[in-house]
Amino acid sequence: MIPALSLILACQLAGEILSRALQLPLPGPVLGMIFLLIAMSVSGKVQQIVRPTGQFVLQHLSLLFVPAGVGIVAHLGALREHGMGLAVALVISTMLAIVVGAAAFVAVAKLTRSDADD
Amino acid sequence: MTDPFKLWSYLSSEPLLWLWATLIAYWIGDTIFRRVNRSPFANPVMIAVVILGAVLLMTGTPYQRYFDGAQFVHFMLGPATVCLAVPLHANLPKVKRALLPIAAGLIAGSVTAIVSVLAIAKAMGAGPELLASLAPKSVTAPVAIGISQSLGGEPSLTAALVILTGMIGAITVTPMLNLLGFRDWRARGFAVGVAAHGIGTARAFQVHETAGAFASIGMGLNAVLTAFLAPVVLSYFG
Repeated sequence: MIPALSLILACQLAGEILSRALQLPLPGPVLGMIFLLIAMSVSGKVQQIVRPTGQFVLQHLSLLFVPAGVGIVAHLGALREHGMGLAVALVISTMLAIVVGAAAFVAVAKLTRSDADD
Repeated sequence: MTDPFKLWSYLSSEPLLWLWATLIAYWIGDTIFRRVNRSPFANPVMIAVVILGAVLLMTGTPYQRYFDGAQFVHFMLGPATVCLAVPLHANLPKVKRALLPIAAGLIAGSVTAIVSVLAIAKAMGAGPELLASLAPKSVTAPVAIGISQSLGGEPSLTAALVILTGMIGAITVTPMLNLLGFRDWRARGFAVGVAAHGIGTARAFQVHETAGAFASIGMGLNAVLTAFLAPVVLSYFG
């Protein structure tokens, strides 16, 4: 657990440093994910160390969005002011983006014969 | 006995109470979610947010004071994002075989997300500041806030819109794609990662591991693409 956390935080730290130093549009944790992916591809030892902790943390991924989600109450005024328009825009746009994205993925997978194997 | 009001003002200003409340609210949300056979409509994030929001409003607790306690949970978002490398690594061979579908799904999903939200909101009378706050709504919160700032939006409003988008995506994706007959877990996961970032990704992991891994990729790639696309698209809605 401790070696795994140290490794995960090291990747995040490296990501934060790179993101800020080069002023990249990607946040530190996303770069950290890429670093950890590279480390796992290179070393079987890293895979062994990180896998159980990684799986544990991701099992509870939803929980981590709760504090930011409660921030909605701080914006109830602005949200209510534009209530109907905002609700319609968010719901339709999000559903449309999911369907169009999935349809484009499936269409190109068929064209290039890279179909799912499971 | 101590004055209960003094006790309350002590407890409500310390991190312990709100950290505990966050865990309990999520626990209730997750229990309800399991009781109703993991129905997407009982999204545990949404339930926890409603419970905590109601408690804050009823007790007159400012969000900032709540967040002082809840920040310990919030902090784990960074390390958890790094951990997405674990399922990604397990699915790397599948990802390598699907590079073209990934590119197509990314561009189609990202453009649709930005153009449609701006078009609908503008038609319904949204002003320039609200449009700028809405443009990055499908992107993971830290990146969306940066994009919103550079476009002249209101960053904290963007954070709220991002979370709402995530919950909408997490709730609608399964019934909608079932109805339309999509069976490819890669496509289903990837599309919800692009359109509904981390909350959509968390939902994808609840359904299928491959979907979750592809959702992580969708979320990461769309953060980059939207940073480039949002200013361009927004300029057409000026």
